[in-house]
Amino acid sequence: MSWELKNDRPIYIQLIEQIHFRIISGEYKSGSKLPSVRDLAAEASVNPNTMQKALSELEHSGLLVTNRTSGRFITEDQSMIQKMKLDLAKEQLVNFMEQLKKLGFSDEEVKAFILESVQ
Amino acid sequence: MNPLLECSALSKRYGNVTALSDINLTLERGKIIGLLGPNGSGKTTLIKLINGLLVPSKGQLLINGTAPGTETKKVVSYLPDKTYLNNWMKVKNLLNFFEDFYDNFDKKRAYDMLEKLHINPNDSLKTMSKGTKEKVQLILVMSRNADLYVLDEPIGGVDPASRDYILDTIISNYNENSTVLISTHLIADVENVLDEVIFIQNGRINLQSSVDDIRMKEGKSVDAYFREVYKC
Repeated sequence: MSWELKNDRPIYIQLIEQIHFRIISGEYKSGSKLPSVRDLAAEASVNPNTMQKALSELEHSGLLVTNRTSGRFITEDQSMIQKMKLDLAKEQLVNFMEQLKKLGFSDEEVKAFILESVQ
Repeated sequence: MNPLLECSALSKRYGNVTALSDINLTLERGKIIGLLGPNGSGKTTLIKLINGLLVPSKGQLLINGTAPGTETKKVVSYLPDKTYLNNWMKVKNLLNFFEDFYDNFDKKRAYDMLEKLHINPNDSLKTMSKGTKEKVQLILVMSRNADLYVLDEPIGGVDPASRDYILDTIISNYNENSTVLISTHLIADVENVLDEVIFIQNGRINLQSSVDDIRMKEGKSVDAYFREVYKC
């Protein structure tokens, strides 16, 4: 996955979201070591201080764990990752429902759509 | 430790024209800072003052606590808006030239960058396009281990792919003790790599803020905000 940064929001928040996504989707595996700040910054073409800020926030939330001597790791707490995954799914669902409501569809119709599309 | 760069009540006049008026500015170490402003706002004047090419009419400017001079030129790596290199020189001559001039010039780093950008060290400047010349100059400047890099319009003539490489070079070459000051009009291209921006207009500083603070407050990119502030 490549880094996609939009113009209208702070960069560090978008970096947090994308790293979240990489962890949830398993691109960054639970318990594995994260690349260095400088490498990540270069990869995303962002300022290293901005990347640092994003990583600090992720550490604060517990998703990243720093080992003083050997770098940053993705948490081994699977339930935490699982919970985040569900939260993200719910968030997507809320957005989706809002969009379809704006288009004038009722809950029943949406339900029918979903059932149809998963078959 | 003294701040890297400190301007207090700095003014510069050219005859009756005031180019900079009462500037108070402090730059910290370890940042990439954009110096943004419309044409004729005083960007190049400020940069020339930093490099001792102009002297202040009033106020003072200190680099590491020292006024611009021989000592500060050792730690400031400057990319001027116009070239001063001899057209007949080959790139490898220029590298030797810089090595003679500056203790902190890292020749190996320069050769690595030349290779990445497919520039032949045996070519002379006069055979090169405008963009390639700019790349050579930028390589020379970024290959020094300086405290402050001052880049006046560094990417104007460079194609977008090379621009990306150059920005990556800036990100990966500077360290926590050095700061990069970039003056440019191409805000959208550099915005993501900047920590901070300084908006300058009519010789005064309008704003010094972090990029993410502007995005947070204004809900738009620095580029879009600039267009709004300086709308003609």
